[in-house]
Amino acid sequence: MIAQEEIPSTASANKPQETFVLNLGPQHPATHGVLRVKLTMDGEYVVRAEPVCGYIHRMQEKMGENRTYAQFLPNTSRIDYLSAMTYTHAFVGVVERALKLQVPPRAEYIRVITSELNRISSHLVWWGAFLLDLGGFTPLLYAFDDREKILDLLEGITGARLTYCYYRIGGLYNDVDDDFIKGTRAFVAHMRPRLKMYRDLVTENVILRKRLIGIGPISPEMCRKYGATGPVIRGSGVPYDVRRLEPYSVYPELDFEIPHFNEGDSMARYLVRMEEIAQSLRIIEQALDKLPAGPVMAEKVPRVLKLPAGDYCYAVEAARGRFMVRITSDNKEFPYRVKLRTPCLSNLSLFEEASQGMLLPDALALMGSLDLVIPDIDR
Amino acid sequence: MPYAAKGYHVIASVRPDQVVFTAEQLDKEGFAIDTITGVDWPAEAQMEVIYDYFHPLSGLRAAVRARVPRDNPEISTISSVFPGANWHEREAHDFFGLRFVGHPNLTPFLLPEDAAYHPLRKDFTS
Repeated sequence: MIAQEEIPSTASANKPQETFVLNLGPQHPATHGVLRVKLTMDGEYVVRAEPVCGYIHRMQEKMGENRTYAQFLPNTSRIDYLSAMTYTHAFVGVVERALKLQVPPRAEYIRVITSELNRISSHLVWWGAFLLDLGGFTPLLYAFDDREKILDLLEGITGARLTYCYYRIGGLYNDVDDDFIKGTRAFVAHMRPRLKMYRDLVTENVILRKRLIGIGPISPEMCRKYGATGPVIRGSGVPYDVRRLEPYSVYPELDFEIPHFNEGDSMARYLVRMEEIAQSLRIIEQALDKLPAGPVMAEKVPRVLKLPAGDYCYAVEAARGRFMVRITSDNKEFPYRVKLRTPCLSNLSLFEEASQGMLLPDALALMGSLDLVIPDIDR
Repeated sequence: MPYAAKGYHVIASVRPDQVVFTAEQLDKEGFAIDTITGVDWPAEAQMEVIYDYFHPLSGLRAAVRARVPRDNPEISTISSVFPGANWHEREAHDFFGLRFVGHPNLTPFLLPEDAAYHPLRKDFTS
């Protein structure tokens, strides 16, 4: 008992006698890519965790300046490769907003269906990988089995399995076929009982709950000060969702809830994503029911795209939070400036403050609950 | 300012010495930091710093822009108001060479640690 009392409850509470520097990454399985975290440790406790970024920096914003709008479009699906649909949606959205293009309703409904399918497949990757971080191997196999069904559906209409370039400025690359609609309905019917099974298999598991409940609390105030969005802010009790607060596409015509949990711990962020899969299934089902007939490409999209001089923003709710494209145009074929505001950068920026004084395995659980995609940070 | 045309509700052009004040005011109103970036305007010998904010409860979007001389691109940091501005300012420093006065750690963020170039300046050649 005496020995236990001597262990500091948090490292910051007692000034550490002796610290050492531990490098996590840039090649470490828990960082899911090339992120390096410079940890100053007091025994097993984190005194300071400083993320070091830039290992996969590709200067996407410069590439945006030396090609046309249509040529840059495929780049946006390589930023957060797990949520490529929503990222291309933001880029076609900003161009359509500047040119005042009217996208046909059928195209917008199909965009919503494919974006939500993409959100589910992204959350499934997170779910499998996160549990792998925490030491559970089996769930990954279930997650990738279900994700495979989504990838097959999307491959059928887009030709790509991951880095889609399906949305075009003014509409879509092609219309969906009956196979896709039937297959998507079958997937929705298949996925609902799977979610129940996921809950019984994993969410209710006592080992998982002990690893997540009360671990890594993030306050709504910290989210605001760092600009954290997506499941991170919703896990802190703030129902912030771009689909609801800055409505775009046909989301206002669909009925869905914004899952949010007040606890702010890693479990809350876990539950937000699991609930979001259920909500996405609801959105897909409604959009399929309402899917109007008609063209999938706007009439009179100019062959040469020149945006009127000025600046334009367009934000979407990607799987990891708020993604915004900000374009400054000088009425030329190439954009004057393309700014990509990515959710993972803001979500990771609070890690240094949030992880202070945590045990290293708990800090890694916190990092996993942020659902980082490193090229999304580095761009 | 119609949101549908531009993607933000409010825009303000301020003097460079007012950016901290505007950040404090928006902080009091409950806004969150969205991003900070630059735009290079060599023809006018100026550089622009753009601050984006969003409101997590109402969804309001505000943009604040300030112009600094291109030969001395200095502006106060707002990282004391919004700690999240720290990384955005480091990135703007990488890409444009903007110097954020009072920044706690203005070291390269995405570029290599010895990078002495600023790739988003319009006169940059690789």
